[in-house]
Formats: sequence, structure tokens, C-alpha cells
Amino acid sequence: MKNEYDVVVVGAGPGGSMAAKNAAQRGLDVLLIEKRQEIGDPVRCAEGVSKVWLKKFIEPDPRWISAELKGSRIFSPDGTMIEMAEEIAGAEVGYVLERKIFDRALAYESAKAGAEVMVKTRATDLIIEDGFVKGVKVMHLGETYDIRAKLVIGADGVESKVGRWAGIDTSLRPDDIETCAQYLMSGTGLDQDFCHFYLGNEIAPAGYIWVFPKGQGLANVGIGILGSRSGKKHAIDYLDEFVKNKFPKAKILEIDVGGVPVSGSIERTIANGLILVGDAARQSDPITGGGIVNAMETGRIAGEVAYNAISRRDLSTNTLQEYEKRWRAKIGLDIDNSLIVKNTFITFTDREINALAHSLKGVNFTTMSLLDLLYALFKANKKILWDLRVIFKNVIKYDMDFER
Amino acid sequence: MVTINVNRFKCGYCGACVGVCPFAALELVETWIEVSKECTSCGICAKICPVRAIEVER
Repeated sequence: MKNEYDVVVVGAGPGGSMAAKNAAQRGLDVLLIEKRQEIGDPVRCAEGVSKVWLKKFIEPDPRWISAELKGSRIFSPDGTMIEMAEEIAGAEVGYVLERKIFDRALAYESAKAGAEVMVKTRATDLIIEDGFVKGVKVMHLGETYDIRAKLVIGADGVESKVGRWAGIDTSLRPDDIETCAQYLMSGTGLDQDFCHFYLGNEIAPAGYIWVFPKGQGLANVGIGILGSRSGKKHAIDYLDEFVKNKFPKAKILEIDVGGVPVSGSIERTIANGLILVGDAARQSDPITGGGIVNAMETGRIAGEVAYNAISRRDLSTNTLQEYEKRWRAKIGLDIDNSLIVKNTFITFTDREINALAHSLKGVNFTTMSLLDLLYALFKANKKILWDLRVIFKNVIKYDMDFER
Repeated sequence: MVTINVNRFKCGYCGACVGVCPFAALELVETWIEVSKECTSCGICAKICPVRAIEVER
């Protein structure tokens, strides 16, 4: 570890590693720090990811793919099933990852690109001079060090402090977070080609239960509930109830817990000398909770913008605005739309969820796209889903024009 | 001093509590949660903890 770098990246999850890799590839002197002693462990994720999206960032490697998915099955409270599967037989549309291997592989990519990686190294504060972030204070094995940097990239996850230290309010209200618990289980007996989702306020208030195959008969069985609905009973209590009823003979091989930001986009993700990426920037999807590919996308943009800004010797928000613009253009609208869906979804009673599921009887889904599902629901239930119309405004306009 | 008590035998050190603390009083340090004097015992962390590991001391 030196005492000065071009870029210091805080946090070696998918977002941080992508940022470090892309900055280092362009010749910048990069340090990637991770507070844990093992990158990727403990897991705090259901590990599902879209195949198409992932391939934009990294060539899939069997070492970190646990299972491939052909489709999803969604169950309403009364057990009505909606199945969404790829039309072409055998086409896999999603992966369930082994995050412990995946995250480490991504960090290794950044190391191969020239970044220095340090584990068991925790940022404890920012160095701020004349209104600019100028580096980080870190603790490594009990000793504190000042590390100066032209730019700091905060990829420090749901518990992010880096943004707060720079005056960006990233604190989450209880209804801005899904509080999650998951067991890795054997013996669920569910089809290994599908991910399963269970909805209902009794079993998962303002959230859902997922069962994602992990290969060889294993599955991630997990739950996320909205923080504002937690308290009397917590995520782990709901999970235990579900498992007891649904998989009484299944065995628990691992426990994972975590919080997923579902606040939607925050006002700004940059400060002078600072960029936030991934969960730290609250860029996870408010309806699915998925955050891996969004973090990789924004991490990549952050690495590129780091190079551009440092080349211009201007680390002010004027220059870093490029990051803000580019990431919002890429995923901002999707996040905004998902927030609208989330805000509608969390108000539904079980009766309404059942009615929605019933309205899709006979509808044949040939994709796993959430948007396709929502549009089919919207078309059949315009009254209760009227708030979603903005998402489909272009589609609706087309439909109406067509009808006329 | 009023504060919170994190049961380290239950805690899964996921950091969810850190993310919701309005006062930035919590910190996830490797495998444990540290509570600073900024804690006001507001209880939001205890409410959202996935594994019921936090109790508010009043």
C-alpha cells in the first residue's frame, strides 16, 4: 500500500471491482479496498442474475455459475401460478451465481488490469480539503493510514458511509429497505430449471419469498419484507414459518442475511472528488431487489469517468456530472419505473394479488421479462393498476392509435 | 447512556442496520456492529434487523 493513488475504490463487490478494473485498464493507479477478510463472503444476496445483462460485462464461467434458469413461476396467496418461460425449449435465460467465487473473480479481473487490492482494510473517514474529497482514512489490521487520491469511488454497499461523509444523504427509511434472510437448503424437491416466487402479506408483507435453484438439488430459499412492515415479526421469523410449512424435511446448509435498498434513485451520486456506485448509490432495483448488474454497469461508467476527469485534471462535480448523466441515461428510467411498481405493489391486499393472478389465466408468457408481465396485468386490470400507466405511456398510445 | 444492544450471537453482520441509521451512529466492522455516541435509541435498526439481533435499551 502506497500513500497516494489516482483512484481509491472502497468496497470490492461487483460495482467496486468493475470500477477498479475499468480505471486500471486505462492506466490509472488504482487501489481497491475491502473491509472483509474474504471478498464475496458472507453472501447477502439471492444470487439470481439475467444472462443477457451479465454477458455485457463478463464471459460466463462455470466456476461461478451454480445453476441456469429456464423461467420463473410466481405464486399468488391462493396458490394460482403464473409461469414465464423462454419459448425456445432449453434456452436458459438466467443464472444463479456462486457469489463467493464470482465476486472474487471480479476482484481478480481488476487486479489483472493493474489495480492493487487490499482486504481487511476499512475506510473510516474521508480526507476532505477545500470542499474536495482528497482521499480516505483507512484501518488495516488495527493501524490507521491516510491514503490520498485524486478520486474516491464509494462502492461500500447498503451500509455505505462514504456518501454520508461527503454530505450526500444516503440513509434509508424503513420503507426504503427490504430486510432479507435466506437459507441455502437441500431437499426442497422443486424443479431446478425454474426460480419460484411466493407472494402474500401473510407470508411476506410487501415483499416476496424466493426459491432459486443452486444446482445439485440445492436452493436459495429466502425472503425480503419491507422494513416498515418488520418489527413484530422479522424476516427470519417469516422465513422459518414458510420453510416449516413448505419444506419440512429440507435441511439448512447456510444462513445469509442482508438489506436491499429499494428507495429508488437518490438526488445525487457525486461530490467533488467522489463517485458513488451500486447499492451505495441506491441503484438496486426497487421491485426485484436486483443490484448486481446495475452495480456493474455504474461501476464500469465510474471507471471510465474517473479516467476522463483525471485526464482533464478536473475532479469537480462539473466534470463528474458525466457519470451522473450516463448512469441515469442507462438505468435511471428502469429504476424510476420499478419504484412506481413497488409503491403500487406494497398497497395490495392478498385479495387483490389473487385477482391479478386470476386475470392472467390463459395468458402465455414466452419471456421472463417483468415488463411483459406488468403490461399483461395492466391491460387486464387498468382500474387497480392505473398508477402504472406512466410506465406504459408509449405502449398505450400506440395501442390506442392502433385501435382507432 | 441510552443505547442499543446488538446480540452478536444472533447478528449476521449484514449491515442493514447501518444503512437505516438516521444518525450514522452504527458501523459494520468485519463481523460486528459498533455503536457510537450519536445513537439516540430511536429503534429503527431494531425494527428492521432481519434476525432480531438488536434490542433498544431504555
